[in-house]
Amino acid sequence: MSTLLVLEQTLNGIQFGVFLFLISAGLTLVLGIMNVVNLAHGALFMMGAYFASTFVAWTGSFFIAFLLIIPSSVILGIVIEMLTLRPLYLRDHMDQVLATFGLILFFNEGVKLVWGVDPQPMPTPELFTGNVEIFPDAPYPVFRLFIIGVGLLVAAVIYFLIARTKVGMLIRAGASNTQMIRAMGVNIRFLNTFVFGLGAFFAGLAGLMAAPIISVESGMGDEMLILAFVVIVIGGIGSVRGALVASVIIGVFEVVGRSMLPIAMQQIFPLEIAQTVGPALASMLIYILMAGVLFFKPQGLFPARTG
Amino acid sequence: MELTRLKGWLLAIGFVVLVAVPPAVTAMDETFYITLISRIMIFAIAALSLDLILGFGGMISFGHAAYLGLGSYAVGILAFHEITNGWLQLFVAIGGSAVVALIIGAICLRTSGIYFIMITLAMTQLLFFIGISLETYGGDDGLPTDRSEFAAFIDLGNEWILFYLILGFLVLCMYISWRLINSRFGMVIRGCHENEARMQAIGFPTYRYKLLAFVISGSMCGIAGFLLANLTEFVTPEFMHWFRSGEIMIMVLVGGMGTLFGPVVGAFAFLMFEEIISGFTENWPVIFGPLLVLLVLFAKQGVWGLLPKSKAGDG
Repeated sequence: MSTLLVLEQTLNGIQFGVFLFLISAGLTLVLGIMNVVNLAHGALFMMGAYFASTFVAWTGSFFIAFLLIIPSSVILGIVIEMLTLRPLYLRDHMDQVLATFGLILFFNEGVKLVWGVDPQPMPTPELFTGNVEIFPDAPYPVFRLFIIGVGLLVAAVIYFLIARTKVGMLIRAGASNTQMIRAMGVNIRFLNTFVFGLGAFFAGLAGLMAAPIISVESGMGDEMLILAFVVIVIGGIGSVRGALVASVIIGVFEVVGRSMLPIAMQQIFPLEIAQTVGPALASMLIYILMAGVLFFKPQGLFPARTG
Repeated sequence: MELTRLKGWLLAIGFVVLVAVPPAVTAMDETFYITLISRIMIFAIAALSLDLILGFGGMISFGHAAYLGLGSYAVGILAFHEITNGWLQLFVAIGGSAVVALIIGAICLRTSGIYFIMITLAMTQLLFFIGISLETYGGDDGLPTDRSEFAAFIDLGNEWILFYLILGFLVLCMYISWRLINSRFGMVIRGCHENEARMQAIGFPTYRYKLLAFVISGSMCGIAGFLLANLTEFVTPEFMHWFRSGEIMIMVLVGGMGTLFGPVVGAFAFLMFEEIISGFTENWPVIFGPLLVLLVLFAKQGVWGLLPKSKAGDG
C-alpha cells in the first residue's frame, strides 16, 4: 500500500463525493423546504445522463449539451412537480413515497423503450480527455478534476443564491419554518416549484457529469438515490452546507474504504477471512457511519430546521 | 374490530377458493398456478406484516424486504452447511429477523417522518450489499438451496403440501395480527399513530411499544422469507432490493392500509395484475408506474377499503 495509491484514492473519493453533492444538493432542498419525499430524484439524474448522451450525439459538443440540459431538466422537473407532487404536499409521506416510486418505475422502463436496453455511448469531452500529473508519476484524468471543479462551482453558486439573494432568504426561511412564511404571505406554491426545478437542474447536471464515467443505463439513479439519502441524513435535511460536508465524507469513506479495507484486512487476518469479510465490511462502512452519526446527532451534523 | 357480513362472506369464500386451488388446477392441468398462488400468499404475509407497523402504527418502513431476505438466507445458509431441519431453519429465520429488526428499529425509531423512511431504506440497502459481498454464499449470483425438511409426513418436495403449508402460515399470521390489533398492545400502537404526544402524556413509553411492534412485524416477514426460499429453492440478494420493499408497500396500498385483510387482497391484486400484464408486454412498468400515481392520488382506501364499513371500526 503506497502513499501514492492512498493519495490517488483519496482524490477519487473527493471526486465521488463532489459528484454525490451535485445529486444531494437539490434533493436536500426539496426534502427540507417542501417536506416532500422525492424518490424520483434518482430518475431525474438518470434522465439528465440520457439527455446528455443524446445531445452530445446530436451536436457533438459537450458545452452545447450542457446548455440544452438546463432547460430540459428544469422543464421535466416542473412537469413532474405540477402533475404528481403538487397534489400530494398536504398528504402524508407514504403517498409521496408511493407516487414517486411509480415515477421511478415509469422512467426506468421508459428509457428502455425510447433508447433501448443497451447502455448509451457518451464520450469524454475532448478538452478533458488527457491526464495530468498532480503527484509525480501518477497520471490523473483531467475530466475527474473537472468534476471536482464543477461541484465546487455549484457549491459556490448555491451558497451565493441562498445566502445573498432574496429567493435564497425565502428558501432559508422555508427550511426553518414553512408554516410561518406561508403566514407571512409568501407565494409558497411558486417557491416550491422553483426549488423543485432547481433540484431537477442539479440532478440533470449531475447526470451530464456522470455520463462519461459511469454507464448510462436504466436504473443508474437507483443506487445514487440511496447514497444521496445517506448524505442527507448525515448532513441534516435541508442543509446545503451539511450536504457538501457529508458528501465528501461519504465519498472518501466509500472509495477509500472499498479499495483499502480489503488490503488492510489481509495484513491483519488470514487471507480467507479477509477476502470474505473485507468487501462486506467495506460496503457496510458508510451505513455504519450513518448509524453512528444518528446515534449522537439524530438531526444530522448541520440541522437546518430549528423550530 | 368487527367485520361486516359482506366482508365475512368474502373471506370465507376466499378461503374455500384457496383450499380448492391445488385440486382444481391439477384437474385442469395448469399446475403452474399452484406456484403462482403460493408466491402470492407469501407476499400476502409480507404485506400483512408491513401493514401492522405501517397501517396501524404509522411507521413508514421502506425497508421491509430486509426481513424477506433474512428469512430466506436463514434457509439458504443453513442448507448450505447441510442443516436442513425445517424447525431449526424457521427458528433462525424468525429469530434472525427479530434481532435485526430490533437493531434497525432501535436506530430508526429515534427519528421520525422523512428521516425514518430514508434510514429504514438505507439499512435495508446495507443488508443488500452484505448479501452481494457474501461470495461464499453465492454473492450477487444467489445461492440454490434445498427445501426444508420437516417430519416425514410434511414433505415439502410435494407442491401441494408446500401450498397448504403456506396457506396455513397465512391463516396463522392473519389470526395473530387480528389478536394483536385488538389487544391492549394493539390499542397503544394505534394510539401512537393517532397522537403519539398524547400517548406519552398519559404515561405510555411509546418508544418501547413501537419498537416491539417493529420487531413483531419483522419476525412475521421473516416467516415469509423462509417460505419464499422454500418455494423458489433459491436465495438471492434481490429479495432485499429496495424495489421489493416498494412492491410490498404497493400491495398494502392497493389492498387498503390499516386493515387486516386489505394487504392480502392487495398482494393478490398486485401480483395477478403483474402476471397478466407482463404477458402482454415486458415493459409493463411503463403502464403500472403512472397507474400507481393515479391510485395514490385518487383511490387511497384501496380495494378492501372501498367495501362498506361496519360501525365498530373494521377489519
